[in-house]
Amino acid sequence: MQETITFFSGFGASDLWFLGDAALKTLWISLLSISIGTVLGVIFGWMLHEGKWMAAATIGSILDIFRSVPLIIQLVLFYNFAPIVGLSLDPFGSGVVILTIYTAALVSNVARGGIEAVPVSMRKASRSLGMSYWQDLFHIVLPIGGRAVFPAWIGVVLGVMKDSALVSVLGYVELLKASQILITRTQEPFLILALAGAFYFALSYPISRYAAKFEQRWAQ
Amino acid sequence: MIEIRDLHKHFGDLHVLKGIDLDVKKGEVLSVIGSSGSGKSTLLYCINSLEKIQQGSVKIDGIDVHAKSTDVNKLRQKLGMVFQQWNSFPHLTAMENVALAPRIVKGKSKEEALHIAETQLKHVGLGDKLKNYPSALSGGQQQRLAIARALAMEPEYMLFDEATSALDPEKVGEVLDTMRLLAEEGMTMICVTHEMGFARDVSDRVAYFHHGVMEEIGPPEQIFDAPVSEHTRKFLANVR
Repeated sequence: MQETITFFSGFGASDLWFLGDAALKTLWISLLSISIGTVLGVIFGWMLHEGKWMAAATIGSILDIFRSVPLIIQLVLFYNFAPIVGLSLDPFGSGVVILTIYTAALVSNVARGGIEAVPVSMRKASRSLGMSYWQDLFHIVLPIGGRAVFPAWIGVVLGVMKDSALVSVLGYVELLKASQILITRTQEPFLILALAGAFYFALSYPISRYAAKFEQRWAQ
Repeated sequence: MIEIRDLHKHFGDLHVLKGIDLDVKKGEVLSVIGSSGSGKSTLLYCINSLEKIQQGSVKIDGIDVHAKSTDVNKLRQKLGMVFQQWNSFPHLTAMENVALAPRIVKGKSKEEALHIAETQLKHVGLGDKLKNYPSALSGGQQQRLAIARALAMEPEYMLFDEATSALDPEKVGEVLDTMRLLAEEGMTMICVTHEMGFARDVSDRVAYFHHGVMEEIGPPEQIFDAPVSEHTRKFLANVR
């Protein structure tokens, strides 16, 4: 009797751990990119709003490129061509760099919208009280404008977290890549993609729920 | 004392103020009347440097407002301003609205700032609204909140830019009463207003602005009962 060699084996409990670990990696790469990207995006948005400098024109058009070119193309281009200029990063590093710039590009528009959501007369009122430009920016514009565009920012956060799946093309084993590996081994795409989807949901849902709670509190 | 000399203000090609000379003494209440676009609001913005000027000077207690060396943030603490739009900070309670500037601009402690806020809110009759957010206040109450917020900086001068123009008619009285109260307390005030009754009763002097020029200035009896300028006469005939 001829022996058969099986390449495939069923889905087991340890695979769940594998997926869970990958979900944490998704969370980690998203968290890092979104935090740095948001800070940069707010600074860019402020520069775009102030628009005094030549920088506004240059930053604006660079961010336009990052907003308009599909993320997957950006990732592949950066990962493969950055080493040419001596910037050799692993898939994780490359993913963080591109996701951060991508987030910053999206947030810059949101942030500019937030600044513009604060009426000019309100800013004059705060300045008339003796507040400096920066005091007005931090104590009035940030909280008021921030609340106005908070839902839009949450949209960016959830979007970037899901888009982080694209870093899998570089070989970084986050949630999507882990699912692909498991599918190849178990040949159970339905089960595993459903599980991966559930993990994405478990990451996103608390954020949108928490955000809704904040909005409710502010609406009072 | 506020000393304005040969003040010119342009918005692009528009010559909004055409050489204003005006002195306002400590304790004086000056009302500024005139039709829309006559430059009366712009005058207030030039006094506290929210607008730059092209020619002339504004001095507050001898300090040139528009000089490069002047710290406008410090100077503005002397000049409270109340706007047509009340501009309450929507993310803060009434008390926090008033306490913010004393805390961050004057560096008062939180307790001290809140104490000042409570005092000033009671002063303008909002003692029962301390913890309310602006969204829960009427227009008249929000405008009184704006007055309390300005007063919390202990200004020596108050500038009112059509403080009652955006209010529902039935809310105008409460804000005018608060302004009257300040006048009685001896506050130096410049009130840009369309409320002729208020201008007549409360002001020491009334100035009539016409197309960027101060046509006429004098005691209310002169302006309202025996105006010298033809333009003043026509304007008053139309508003009555």
